[in-house]
Amino acid sequence: MVSYQLSVISYQLLVNQSYIMLHIINNRKWFYIISGTAIAISIVALLIWWLKPGIDFLGGTYWEFQFKNQIEKSVIEQTLKQNIQGDITIQEQGSLAFSVRTIDISEQDHQKLVQILKTQDATFEELRWETIGPAVGKTLRDKSFRAIAFVIIGISLYVAIAFRRASRPVQSWKYGLITVATLFHDIIIPLGVFALLGRFKNVEIDTNFVVAMLVIMGFSVHDTIVVFDRIREKLRTPNTQMAFPELVNQSLNETITRSVNTSLTVLLAILAIYVWGSHTLQWFIMALMIGISTGMYSSIFIASTLLVDVWKWQQRRNN
Amino acid sequence: MPQPYSKAKNAVNGVLASKNITFRLPDFPTKPFRYGLDIAGGTSLTYRADLAGIQAIDQSSAMEGLRDVVERRVNMFGVQEPRVEIAKSGNERRLIVELAGVKDIHQAIQMIGQTPFLEFRIERPQEETKVILEKQKAGDSQAQNIDPYFAPTNLTGRYLKKSTVEIDKTTYQPMVSLQFDSEGTKLFAELTKNSVGKRIAIYIDGAPISAPVVREEITGGNAQISGQFTIQDAKTLSRNLNEGALPVPISLISQQSIGASLGADSFNKSVLAGLIGFGFIALFMIAYYRLGGVFSVIALGVYTPLVLFIFKIIPVTLTLSGIAGFILSIGMAVDANILILERIREEIRKGKDAMHAINEGFMRAWPSIRDSNMSTIITSIVLYELTTGIVRGFALTLLIGVLVSMFSAIFVSRTLILAFLGQKTINNKIWFRA
Repeated sequence: MVSYQLSVISYQLLVNQSYIMLHIINNRKWFYIISGTAIAISIVALLIWWLKPGIDFLGGTYWEFQFKNQIEKSVIEQTLKQNIQGDITIQEQGSLAFSVRTIDISEQDHQKLVQILKTQDATFEELRWETIGPAVGKTLRDKSFRAIAFVIIGISLYVAIAFRRASRPVQSWKYGLITVATLFHDIIIPLGVFALLGRFKNVEIDTNFVVAMLVIMGFSVHDTIVVFDRIREKLRTPNTQMAFPELVNQSLNETITRSVNTSLTVLLAILAIYVWGSHTLQWFIMALMIGISTGMYSSIFIASTLLVDVWKWQQRRNN
Repeated sequence: MPQPYSKAKNAVNGVLASKNITFRLPDFPTKPFRYGLDIAGGTSLTYRADLAGIQAIDQSSAMEGLRDVVERRVNMFGVQEPRVEIAKSGNERRLIVELAGVKDIHQAIQMIGQTPFLEFRIERPQEETKVILEKQKAGDSQAQNIDPYFAPTNLTGRYLKKSTVEIDKTTYQPMVSLQFDSEGTKLFAELTKNSVGKRIAIYIDGAPISAPVVREEITGGNAQISGQFTIQDAKTLSRNLNEGALPVPISLISQQSIGASLGADSFNKSVLAGLIGFGFIALFMIAYYRLGGVFSVIALGVYTPLVLFIFKIIPVTLTLSGIAGFILSIGMAVDANILILERIREEIRKGKDAMHAINEGFMRAWPSIRDSNMSTIITSIVLYELTTGIVRGFALTLLIGVLVSMFSAIFVSRTLILAFLGQKTINNKIWFRA
């Protein structure tokens, strides 16, 4: 069923024939199952492993340097282990460059380490040195939570206001609520992916990751609003004889190409950064790509279908 | 644009000069981008200010004094456009110093670290000294950090105007003389007036250097430190004081340095990625929307330099994530065009003629463009308000990008399409693939 749906969608994207009606609302069970599974896996991954916090949040040092000559990683490892009292992780970045993660180090010790490595090989060049005290990490954690809270509040208020006139048959605040629910859907899945990446690929989350989450939140709502906007417009048209689920399904069909295309252009743009851009932004872009794709999916298959279920639930309660 | 103009200008001016005409064409105004540390290379230092001895009301002004002093220091170091910002985090006040393009970071840190912390303390009444000493003996942890003999005052290195080395005429010992600014002079006069017969201690970096007895009110704003200096010590202290004395002690709590070569490499990669991303979007739009797509690519061609222009004017500090934010906003700028073009196609399919469809399309697409972009606007404003440094750069570029994209989609695309459309009947297939 799902594969049939998807092939119809891809067909529609290719030829763009509007008279093919996708029965998204009627098949919503399948989309709930897909999303439910993804969310369940994400929550389980988060509960077991949580996210692997980077030095931005915990405090510590990130050090990148390179040599002009070939040097064995084990040699560097040995030298540093003798001089640093704490855990050290060393990774090779290409053939001549290394990155080191460890505890936070004072400027004096930093200079000593530089001297030691320089005596090892005079071609030593420091590319990046970041050391963050634990207090700074705590500030950042607090700020991140505050930023996320403010964005959620700001967006829900805006949606409630923007949809204040679309009060029949579903009240405007419910649009707001569904938008926020979709937003959680779009946040939890990338969070889950990064919990897995942290566990299996040692990917750490940093400030940029928080920024990515906030941008995904913005996008998620962006996508959802495009569809809701069409529903709002249709509801305002006088003499609408259509039942609410039908009306929603038609709105979805009318907006699906633009939902896909708008996300697709953004994905194309950031895919270029992922492939050709600086490696420092690699995981930031990865987070954005996952989130934006999830946002595209949920705006089509989750947000409006939830709206219909809210409406059905209201109907049942009224009768 | 500036390069060809400047070539032409030079040629014309050459001709004018050869004909003895004094008129000259002006230079093309140019303004460089401002790059962040992760592109230009450089260091960001975060210091914690120790405000324990300062009353809550005076903390803000103490921090401002601190910022000015450190700013003066780094300016002397020859850094281009250093940025020194005050940040508050919980009860703590911090000073963030960003130095772009500094090659020897160690030297920069030392330079700031050498800034002496100069303060004047006043002798406590004997009873008070006794109480504190007793408390310290009893092991009161709060009392441990209090100086039992001298109490802090408002007069600090912040009010210092200049310092010189002098030789005491009676003892022939070198001493460091201090000249306060007008505010400092007032404070010093008040201080000395209230403590005639008592001692005033001069502390540098938390250690008492000298503690003369005040004989009378001093209104001239002059003070001498006559410790057991060698000439060399006195000279060093005086020079350090002249380069700025801290109003509060500071300690380095975090540091971030990026080598210039890494920055340049990342920058080149980001620019390449931006161009490729632009190319992808252009291909997609033209393949999908035909002529309508061409117009939106042209609109994008207007959008991109317009945004870059605003970046220069404000100026926005471009960081790597800021450039990513900008590339992201290019992707989003097309969003608005897609909304409009899809709407136009829909109206055409409903049987409207092209002209009406276009007008209708622009009109009806507006609410969803506005509402959908609003969420990104909210996000970037929150990000901007709550953060500092690199994240702030991202938030600002994204915000500017979204705002300009709304403008370019509505005004540029529409004007272009209407201008080219004229009164002709158009082939909907070629124009909008509808």
